[in-house]
Amino acid sequence: MADRPGGTLAAYRALLGAQARSQTAYRVSFVVDLVGNVGATVFDVLTVLVLFGVTRELGGFTLRETLVMVGLSACAFATADLLVGNIERIPRYVRTGTLDAVLLRPLGALPQLLLMDLPLRKVSRALFGLAVWVVAVASADVDWTPGRALLVVVAPLAGVVFFGSIFVAAATVSFFWIESGELANSLTYGGRDFTSYPVTVYGGWFRGLFAYGLGFAFVSYHPALALLGRADPLGLPAWVGWAAPGVALVAAAAAALAWRFGIRHYRSTGS
Amino acid sequence: MTEVISARGLRKEFTVRVKAGRLRRVTQVRAAVDGLDLRVERGEMLGYIGPNGAGKSTTLKMLTGVLTPTAGDVRVCGLRPVAQRTRLALRIGVVFGQRSQLWWDLPLRESFDLLRHVYRVPAAEHAARLRRCRALLDLDGFLAVPVRQLSLGQRMRGELTAALLHGPEVLFLDEPTIGLDVVSRQAVRGFLAELGRAGDTTLVLTTHDLADIERLCRRLVVVDHGRIVHDGTIADLHRRYGSRRLVVADLDVPLPQPPVLPGAPLRQVAADGHRLVYALESAGVADVVAGLAGVASLRDVAVVEPDIEEVVARLYRSPADPAQAADPAGPASAQVAGPADPVGPSPTQAADPPESAPTAGGPAETAATG
Repeated sequence: MADRPGGTLAAYRALLGAQARSQTAYRVSFVVDLVGNVGATVFDVLTVLVLFGVTRELGGFTLRETLVMVGLSACAFATADLLVGNIERIPRYVRTGTLDAVLLRPLGALPQLLLMDLPLRKVSRALFGLAVWVVAVASADVDWTPGRALLVVVAPLAGVVFFGSIFVAAATVSFFWIESGELANSLTYGGRDFTSYPVTVYGGWFRGLFAYGLGFAFVSYHPALALLGRADPLGLPAWVGWAAPGVALVAAAAAALAWRFGIRHYRSTGS
Repeated sequence: MTEVISARGLRKEFTVRVKAGRLRRVTQVRAAVDGLDLRVERGEMLGYIGPNGAGKSTTLKMLTGVLTPTAGDVRVCGLRPVAQRTRLALRIGVVFGQRSQLWWDLPLRESFDLLRHVYRVPAAEHAARLRRCRALLDLDGFLAVPVRQLSLGQRMRGELTAALLHGPEVLFLDEPTIGLDVVSRQAVRGFLAELGRAGDTTLVLTTHDLADIERLCRRLVVVDHGRIVHDGTIADLHRRYGSRRLVVADLDVPLPQPPVLPGAPLRQVAADGHRLVYALESAGVADVVAGLAGVASLRDVAVVEPDIEEVVARLYRSPADPAQAADPAGPASAQVAGPADPVGPSPTQAADPPESAPTAGGPAETAATG
């Protein structure tokens, strides 16, 4: 039976529509959720502002420069959390049989799970993250070149892909180890916190592991340096800031492999 | 090509961590399905039964592409279930009694509409199939009700419809009547029988309710410990495991010594000798009646058909050694259970229901729960 690609897209669109209908069925609670979800990102920004109330520089960076990293991190994380974040519920999908149901349908398992459970209430947070990014860049005295104009668009997208990959890879661990939620959180939420500050504030093996071992330095730190035209205090060349999309694609490929491995070793539950 | 399902040497292992001492745990490998060979032709209706943990659901999950087999070769509709999962999904329908394909918060009708998009079914075909299901399964009363508010029987009728709207070639049903009331159970069975009569849909059914099998399936596959212990018709099963039709004779006056009849061993003496039960081996009903009428005055004679539950319960009880279970001189000639007491409300009453058959120590399916 030949598959029509347009048909597949229409199928995903229908799944998304169904999710929108069932979530907006209760209007008041949906609006409350929308407002509440902005909260976390507001606190991220406030934390940085408070820090700069007691110090003029953070890891060698000014408030305006740091806000570029905060904005990039918030924008990328909130959008990835909206699109992919719910994959951390995989133990529940396994337990309730949702994963079985999804595997029995003629569509990809991962896109189905993401669309069927897309938390639309998190849209507000993604939009707020985007606003922080726009304001931060606008107030940062960027010396605009065509390359930097491109980077302003590409860097958040690469960040979304990177965080999304982290979400998927971390969730895959729970195929094998159901109680791995804390570990997953330390990577995802920990990663968000890590990318909200210049990596120069961290030290030693911790910086090495998170910034370059796992690649979090490429989400906000290096793209921000490239955008601001600043040399890296740690000595990496300037082009590293442009490597963000490449790093994101490598992360996505690794996450896809991990997911595939997880699905192939999925054990399902009882009857 | 009329072969719809073929499995050769199908095997699924699960590793489980077992406590060994206070802190130490050892990894054990258990085979939930252990070298299964199965061929199913187009249009067959196959009953797939076995005690809890026998590997029924695991088999179905491997045939539908949910689980990756550890070893062996599987083809369903000529496709490899895991590698070609999405293509296969378009050609099979699956109802897992304890899983749902429906959208919990949406009206049933909207779930059906979504599935039309998911399976890319042309609108006219979809409408025609839905019309047929609505009529046969009586869906109209609850099409507008959100799925979470449906009764189990209503939901199961919805699940059946959902599994058929894309016109699957094979329908897999895992305990479709579990937990249903009598009316819903009849509705589901009647619907499946109708589907089977049409002859173009292959049906594979696992169940604990043997009435489902007797009503629907000519072919019966019994699995235990992940292996097939019987594959054939229900009549084959009775023949092989020595279950016999019984003649129950009620006498006016008890005999001091019940007569020995050739080809029909005495199974039971009940009601202070007023009731004699003979099993029909080589003798016919007439032989037994004639033999008894010569020595006693008969008040009543009844013939009791062999009961599948009793056979299967016996099969489950000594599953590790099918040869022993197959010996008609074994359990059959020992204490007779079940059908020997036809005055009870059900001839099967005395036999353990298969659900309670002991499965301890087996490579349990629950090992898969992790």
